[in-house]
Parts: sequence; structure tokens; C-alpha cells
Amino acid sequence: MIYLDHAATTPVKPEVLKEMLPYFTEEYGNPSSVYRLAQRNKKAIDDARAVVAKNLGAQPNEIFFTSGGTEADNWAIKGMAEALKEKGNHIITTNIEHHAVLHTCQYLEKHGFEVTYLPVNPDGLITPEQVEAAIRPETILISIMYANNEIGTIMPISEIGAVAKRHGVVFHTDAVQAVGHLPIDVKAQNIDLLSLSGHKFYGPKGIGALYVRRGLKLPSFLHGGGQERGRRAGTENVPGIVGLAKAIDRAYQDLAAKNAKIKALRDYLIDGIYERIPYCRLNGHRERRLPNNANFSFEFVEGESLLLLLDMEGIAASSGSACTSGSLDPSHVLLALGLPHELAHGSVRFTLGEDNTKEEIDLVLAKLPAFVERMRAMSPLYEEFVRKNS
Amino acid sequence: MVVGMSGGVDSSVTAYLLKKAGYEVIGVTMQIWPEDAPREESGGCCGLTAVDDARHVCQQLGIPHYTLNFRREFEAHVIAYFLAEYQQGRTPNPCIACNRYVKWESLLTKALQLGADYIATGHYARIVFDRQTGRYLLKKAVTLKKDQTYALYNLTQDQLAHTLMPLGDYTKEEVRRIAGEIGLTVADKPDSQEICFIPDHDYGRYIEMHTASPSPPGNFVDRQGRILGRHKGIIHYTVGQRKGLGLAVGKPLYVLEIRPETNEVVVGEEHEVYQNTVYADQLNFIPFPELKAKMTVSAKIRYNHAPAPAVVEMVDETTLRCRFSEPQRAITPGQALVLYDGDLVVGGGGILHGA
Repeated sequence: MIYLDHAATTPVKPEVLKEMLPYFTEEYGNPSSVYRLAQRNKKAIDDARAVVAKNLGAQPNEIFFTSGGTEADNWAIKGMAEALKEKGNHIITTNIEHHAVLHTCQYLEKHGFEVTYLPVNPDGLITPEQVEAAIRPETILISIMYANNEIGTIMPISEIGAVAKRHGVVFHTDAVQAVGHLPIDVKAQNIDLLSLSGHKFYGPKGIGALYVRRGLKLPSFLHGGGQERGRRAGTENVPGIVGLAKAIDRAYQDLAAKNAKIKALRDYLIDGIYERIPYCRLNGHRERRLPNNANFSFEFVEGESLLLLLDMEGIAASSGSACTSGSLDPSHVLLALGLPHELAHGSVRFTLGEDNTKEEIDLVLAKLPAFVERMRAMSPLYEEFVRKNS
Repeated sequence: MVVGMSGGVDSSVTAYLLKKAGYEVIGVTMQIWPEDAPREESGGCCGLTAVDDARHVCQQLGIPHYTLNFRREFEAHVIAYFLAEYQQGRTPNPCIACNRYVKWESLLTKALQLGADYIATGHYARIVFDRQTGRYLLKKAVTLKKDQTYALYNLTQDQLAHTLMPLGDYTKEEVRRIAGEIGLTVADKPDSQEICFIPDHDYGRYIEMHTASPSPPGNFVDRQGRILGRHKGIIHYTVGQRKGLGLAVGKPLYVLEIRPETNEVVVGEEHEVYQNTVYADQLNFIPFPELKAKMTVSAKIRYNHAPAPAVVEMVDETTLRCRFSEPQRAITPGQALVLYDGDLVVGGGGILHGA
């Protein structure tokens, strides 16, 4: 199989799994207990917290483990809204956020909050000026994703952080697609809250974290016990936490070299598709995007049919985000770029990983043009288009 | 081979039989529901649990399963058509529109794009190739009780050539037995003739909620044009209806005709609901491309109508006249007229009006 859906999830690396395994069996103690078995677990969590913090430029006591990115997003946004509701009721976000943010904001709208969804430009970017112009006296939170999960576009996070700081507004970023793939320094970038998820960078599923800047009063989300310094109750997912730490550490080792390799392969794929397939477009900014992301729309072709054909050849790709591909509606992200319904439907996302090879990309480039051609050959719209343009 | 799967017994056994016969089978479930539809409701052939049920069956059968989105096609060709027909005083059959536009035109196209040679469905009907004429014929299922050809009369030759309906040779009991033997834990969903996208069956409310212009109240009139009372909007009535008219004139009254242009509902006595003749257009013929001469057939004017003897002929290039030997009750514009010669489906069309 050729796996080109690393934005959906990644395999757990063997060295990550190796670190985790003892915590399923011999190191099974409940970290909240008093005996030494439990103390060793407590230490494993503390060590992991320090590792995660170090990789983000944070302090260990600013890292809170969660069940994943969705929980971290929900906690950050609902928590800040609740904490600051006396101060104001206005939230700023974008119209291409992940649903974990969008649906949380929509939920808050039903509970008296006002949300500004900043529209992105055709490249999928917003500007710090747009953010600044949207700030009102009652603005309490800015939540803007670090990098988009569908089109890979990287937002100007440092600049937005500076705007937020200047206006004294709390700034959250959903960095699920960025952590482990882009260098991040929460202090230098003026980030107050940051969500991350382990399985996006070769760690396990079911574990994530929320960075909360010290001094920020974020109320607890899950009540019940004293874990995570009383802010996130529930017995800790020790193997997950250990795996998350190992994964983030290895992700940031030789990051520049790994990214250069992936980017070269990704560019080879993009150039190859442009060369071989007419009437297609790369969605998202050509340069300002995650090094592993290539999102294409093919005119007169439905993305979902193309995915099935690719799957039958053992090529795993995705249309839009993994979380909504079960529903297969046109992506809100592509519609936000101004793509017509047809093109938004005809998109395929390839996201490369550390282990993809040139041979694999060559095979995709060998198969894909024939698939697109076959589907166009059966499309009445394409027939009409060719007739008009010949 | 792409099998349209609903997760129910029929399509599951279809997939099983074809896999056993050596075909390379892929299960596909059509997603036609709006995303915000309530999940626990289910009804019709593509109920809201269809995707989960079908995935489960495909896992049991060891075949790949995909969900394909047909929401736009369903919206455009089934729901929009349904609403427009009611607003024009007609009583549509959305299942026929769904079969034609969604199940065949769209699903078959996608299946062919995916490299499949055929689609298969769990319909109770038989497709037979006639060597003499070189045409594909559609025949009733061996179990007449389950026969579903009424809703399939407008399949084209090309569509029939690429379609398999293996259940046409089986009885429902045999299909259930096969399902039991192979341990398929499928929900034995009730066969529903209700309209799947209106789970509460309140058509009037659904139409009012989904159209910009409400159907205004108007007059009930008799054949002589006398006003007998007020109706609550033409969308609430269908030909032959007696219940819910709210008219007290000392004898039961029935809807005879709906006149959208004057917003009138014509009512009359029961004997007036019976008519001899049907006019139909939007015709499709299966054993031959067009009807040249008069033909004796048995004809159905709605799904649960017992076929009745009739003679059909063309009155102009696009319109067919069907004269029944005996008057038939409630010939309803918008329903399909389907013609049979024994167990052979001759063809059919959309009912324009009775006479």
C-alpha cells in the first residue's frame, strides 16, 4: 500500500511504541497512588510533560494532557468563553478552521456569544490586519489554526500573536497539523493556548495536549479528580503520554532535513500532476503550506470516485478532512477559497510522510492521469466543455 | 460489479449471491440524506442507518464497502421534483424518480467510472436478453407479491444491459432463508411504500416547510362549478381522497380533480372517481423503441393497483392513450402508468390525466 494520508493520521513509530509498551503491563500503577510503582508512573508523566514543553518553548506546568486535539480545542474555547464572559462575548476565528473549532464556536453562538468568522483569501490565508480590524472592546478570544488540515496553508501566527498581545486578547491556535512538522515557540509567537494531537506526528491516537500560558485562568473541563493539577480530571493515559513525548521529541530531531526531503518529494508530485493532467488546480498557497501537503481539484471529476479508484490500486489518499470524509460533502475549506461546488467536490488531498519514496510517487503519477481521463471520458460536462473549446 | 447496498436483507443477499457466483463485488451505499437529518429515523430503502448497516454486512461478506454521496442528485431529481409536482396539483411517485436519476443514471455512471461492468440491486424483477430482437427485457419477479417492476419501467436499454437483479428468481422466503443460512445479521427492515424522506408521513407539512410560497386555501367545487366549501391548499389533496375534506353535504365526497391554475379542488360522488381512459407522456418502451400499433396490455395506474386489461395506442408523437375495459378508480396525474404483456414490462409513462 502507498499511504499518502498523513494529515489524517500517521503510524506509531517502533521507537515510540517501545517506550509505551512497559506502561501497559509491568508499569501499570495508577499515578495518583502512593506506592513506588505509582511513583514511577508519576515521574514518567512529569518527564513527558517536560519533553513536550521543551519542544514548544513552554514550561512544563503549562502543558495539560488531553484525549486529543478535539478535546484540547473544546477546552480552550469553551473554557475561555466561560472564564471571560463577564468581560465580553465576542470571539474571532476563521471560516476554514477544523470542525473541532467551528462547531464549538457555533455551539457558543447558541449560548449568547458572537463569533466573527474571518474569510480567507483565495490562497486560504488571513492577514494580521484582518484580525486587528475585527477586534472590538468585547472581544475575549482569537482562535486561529496554525496550519490548515485540508490545504496545508500556514497562517501568519507570530504576527497574529503580536496583534493579540497588543490588544490584550487571549490567542488560541489549533496547531494539530503543525506540531511536529513546523518549529513552534509559544513565547516568541505570543501564543496563549495551543492544541496538539499525538497521532499526527507518529505518536499514538487518543492522546493530545493543551498548552495554557501561565497566569491564564482556564477553568476545568472535566471534573472528578486532582489529575493535571486539578484542571483535567481522569486517570492519566500513561502509555499515551509517554508515547506522545517520545513522538514529539523524535519529530523535532532533524526537522529541517526531514522537511526538505518530504518537500522535495511533494513538489515532485505537484509538478508531475501539473505536467500530466490538464484542467487541475493546486488548492492553497503554493509556498506557504505544510511541506507534505498537496491538495488538487480536478475539473469534471468527483474526488470521491477518484479516491475509490486509487484505493483499488492500493493508494490511500483523502478528499477533504478525514473527519468529514464519511459524509462526503464538499469541503467548507475549499468552498471558503471561492471554489465552485463542482471543483470543491473534485478535490483529492495527498499528504506525504517520512517514509514515502520516489518510486511510490512515480506509481501515483503513472496511475492518476489514466483515472482522471477515464472519469472525464464518462462525464457529459467534460464532453460539452471539449466541444465548446475545440 | 457494484452492488447498491442498503444494509437490508435483499441487497445483502444480492451481494452474497454474486460473490458466490464468482463476481468481484464492491458494496456501495448511496448517501442521500441531508447531514442534519436525525439518525435514529429510518424508512424506505435507504434509511438513515443504511450506511452503518451496509458496512457491517460487507465486513461479514468480506467485500469492500464505500459510501458515495448522492445528496445533490437526490435533492435535485427527487425532492425538488416531489415538491414541484404537488404544487402543480399532481401526486408524484418519488421512488420512480429516485430509481431513474439516482440509482441508475448516477450510480451506474459512477460504477462504470470505477471500472465496474455492472451494477446489481436487490430489486425483485428479472432482466432477460432477447436474442431475436437484440433487446434487454424486464420481467416481473417470480414472486408476484414482491414484484417491483412498477418503479422500474423507465430503465433504458443501456441501463438494463449493465444491470443485474438476481433476486427476481427468488421468493422473499428463499431470500430470508439464505440470509439465515449464511448468518447475515441484517435488520429485516419492513418494506415501506411510504416516502422515505418524510418519516412522519405528513406530506403537507413537509411541502410547506420546504417551499417558499405556501399553498393558499381555495374553493372546493363540484363538476357544475358550485362552491361547496374551502380547502386548505391544493398540496393537501390527491385524486380519490375522501378523508379530511371537511365537507358536510349529506353524502361522502371524493376528490376528482385538482386545478392549480384556479386553485380549485373538484369533488364529487364515488362513481365519478371511476374513469375509463388514461393519457400519459414521458414514455419509455422496453421490448421495442416505440409503440407503432394498437396493443392489448394489462396496465397499472399506481404501485398497489391490480393490473387491468386495456388497449393502448399513440394519439400523437409523445402522448399515449390507454383505454381500460372496466373503469378504474382514481386515475391520478403524476403517478406512473405501467404496461404489461403477461409478465413482460412493455413500458410506461407519467399520467397526464384521466378521461
